[in-house]
Amino acid sequence: MADAMAPHAAPHGEAGETRRDFLKLTTGAFAAVGVGAIAWPFISSMNPARDVLALASTEVDLSPIAVGQAVTVMWRGKPVFVRRRAEEEIKAAREVPLSQLRDPQTDQSRVIRDPWLVVVGVCTHLGCVPLGQKPTDARGDYGGWFCPCHGSHYDTSGRIRLGPAPANLAVPEYNFTSDTQIRIG
Amino acid sequence: MAIGLHQSDFKNPVVRWIDSRLPVFTMMQKEYGTFPTPRNFNYFWNFGALAMVNLLIMIATGVFLSMHYTAHTAYAFDSVERIMRDVNFGWLLRYVHMNGASMFFIVVYIHIWRGLWYGSYKAPREILWILGVVIFLLMMATAFMGYVLPWGQMSFWGATVITNLFSAIPVVGNDIVVWLWGGFSVDNPTLNRFFSLHYLLPFVIVGVVFLHVAALHITGSNNPLGIDPKGPQDTLPFHPYYTIKDSVGLIVYFIFFAFLVFFAPNYLGHPDNYIPANPLVTPAHIVPEWYFLPFYAILRAVPDKLGGVALMFGSIAILFILPWLDTSPVRSMRFRPVAKWFLVLWGINFCILTWVGAKPAEGHYVTIARWATTYYFLYFLVILPLLGRLERPLKLPESIALPVLRGGGPIPAGAAAKPMEKA
Ligand code: HEM
Ligand code: FES
Repeated sequence: MADAMAPHAAPHGEAGETRRDFLKLTTGAFAAVGVGAIAWPFISSMNPARDVLALASTEVDLSPIAVGQAVTVMWRGKPVFVRRRAEEEIKAAREVPLSQLRDPQTDQSRVIRDPWLVVVGVCTHLGCVPLGQKPTDARGDYGGWFCPCHGSHYDTSGRIRLGPAPANLAVPEYNFTSDTQIRIG
Repeated sequence: MAIGLHQSDFKNPVVRWIDSRLPVFTMMQKEYGTFPTPRNFNYFWNFGALAMVNLLIMIATGVFLSMHYTAHTAYAFDSVERIMRDVNFGWLLRYVHMNGASMFFIVVYIHIWRGLWYGSYKAPREILWILGVVIFLLMMATAFMGYVLPWGQMSFWGATVITNLFSAIPVVGNDIVVWLWGGFSVDNPTLNRFFSLHYLLPFVIVGVVFLHVAALHITGSNNPLGIDPKGPQDTLPFHPYYTIKDSVGLIVYFIFFAFLVFFAPNYLGHPDNYIPANPLVTPAHIVPEWYFLPFYAILRAVPDKLGGVALMFGSIAILFILPWLDTSPVRSMRFRPVAKWFLVLWGINFCILTWVGAKPAEGHYVTIARWATTYYFLYFLVILPLLGRLERPLKLPESIALPVLRGGGPIPAGAAAKPMEKA
């Protein structure tokens, strides 16, 4: 009995390779694909659901915002900073040579229409909300925003200048639906 | 004996009937009754049993808290306040669970320290040690997700910062974070899954603890001398000798635990977590729970995002390979005159990391955190491998029984029956 079960000396192929090895490998490969196919729905179910994706746009009325002021609105559960920048702030942002930036981007590429700067108010380090929206807030060494969690400084274009954050504050997708209204998302 | 039945030694007919079909009584008797245990344990050897009791306490209080808790961003905070004010003994369940988590970490940190000091991670206990580190990681994940559930300010911002750690992973980092959140920020889907996992993981821990103890019962326990028992004269039956010693420790543990629960229930917590979560305002100074502080300090010591995250995870991952980094064959630090002091320094250094982790990441604190992080890794990566070669250990005692019994105390019957000389 035991003899009958033992693989016969390999008559075909290289030494030690038998049909049984082939069958084992094929079975193993099918099992692996099967486990993957079963695991996928579970993993995928943890990604954003359709209703979460559907809540993806927010309208902002710009008319009440005075020069130098900023408002914070919620978009996809995150704060978005909308800042009406003063002339000096825009000038300061445009005078910086790109070589001084950790994440080089021109100020122009980060705005759609002056004087409005719209950025996601989430520090690119570990996700805290930087200070600088209120006139009384600390704005950091570069006059934009300052993240108190681990000390990241952003300039008046929302670009990272100092501290552990690797990237500039993200510019969300948005467009002007009228002269005084934007839609984010 | 009927074929297929276990030969049971129990007299009680009911016990015997069950035991011959499912020998759980025999197993308990073997593993916790007569189990031969080194006779020279000190109180450091209480902490495994304490951890076990603590785990059961967490599961018991957790199951009952879940009966009143609501895992929804709109209700979570209020449901916890309701537990505190309206549910009968709700305050007790919650304070025991809250402080139980701190007690668990105190106990496990001491348990790990015991392993470091007496070389319990060395051959043949490598897998036992690795399973311990797995338990430690699972505990950290469980505690982190549990802290999110009351949905206070620290819950929310702790969750935000910790989940964002994964965004440091190149290329797929941001997708992973969105996947963890189930959305574009920490929100209701996140809270729901954290509750589900917080309920699940402790039972996974129970499973790994079972393996941990199974491995322990193959290799047997280490002991303060770090030498192997050479015969029955070196061991005692677990019961009653260590059941009673563990009970003494358990009483002290309960006194300490009760003091926290009844007199300082919020001492180890953070007042900001009694403010409901607000996704638009980050508290000025966010700190994790105290037991994460050393690792948080390492994270912040590095000025680079990916580097910080890598070192933080590395500081725990390094424990997995510790059995191979420490090249000295001598287990107990009692016989390692040089390594001993480096380990003492490592312990102090760990406390410094805890302290600096709670301070703002600026000025001298950053410098201190960097030095402390350096020493943390230096100990494992350079000092231990080198000392294994360079250090001359003290002479090991010939047996466990010799130094214990030389004092002339009474010899237990089992030990006296064997010739001592053989040791
Ligand atoms: C839920 C957490 C844990 C429980 C319930 C637990 C339970 C136990 C118990 C009951 C023992 C035997 C009694 C003793 O020697 O103290 C033990 C031994 C041991 N544990 Fe744990 N443990 C836990 C976590 C850990 C962790 C985090 C580590 C290390 C990273 C660890 C490493 C060890 C080692 C190396 C031993 C053998 C020690 C020796 O015999 O000297 N354990 N554990
Ligand atoms: S989260 Fe802003 S600096 Fe770390």
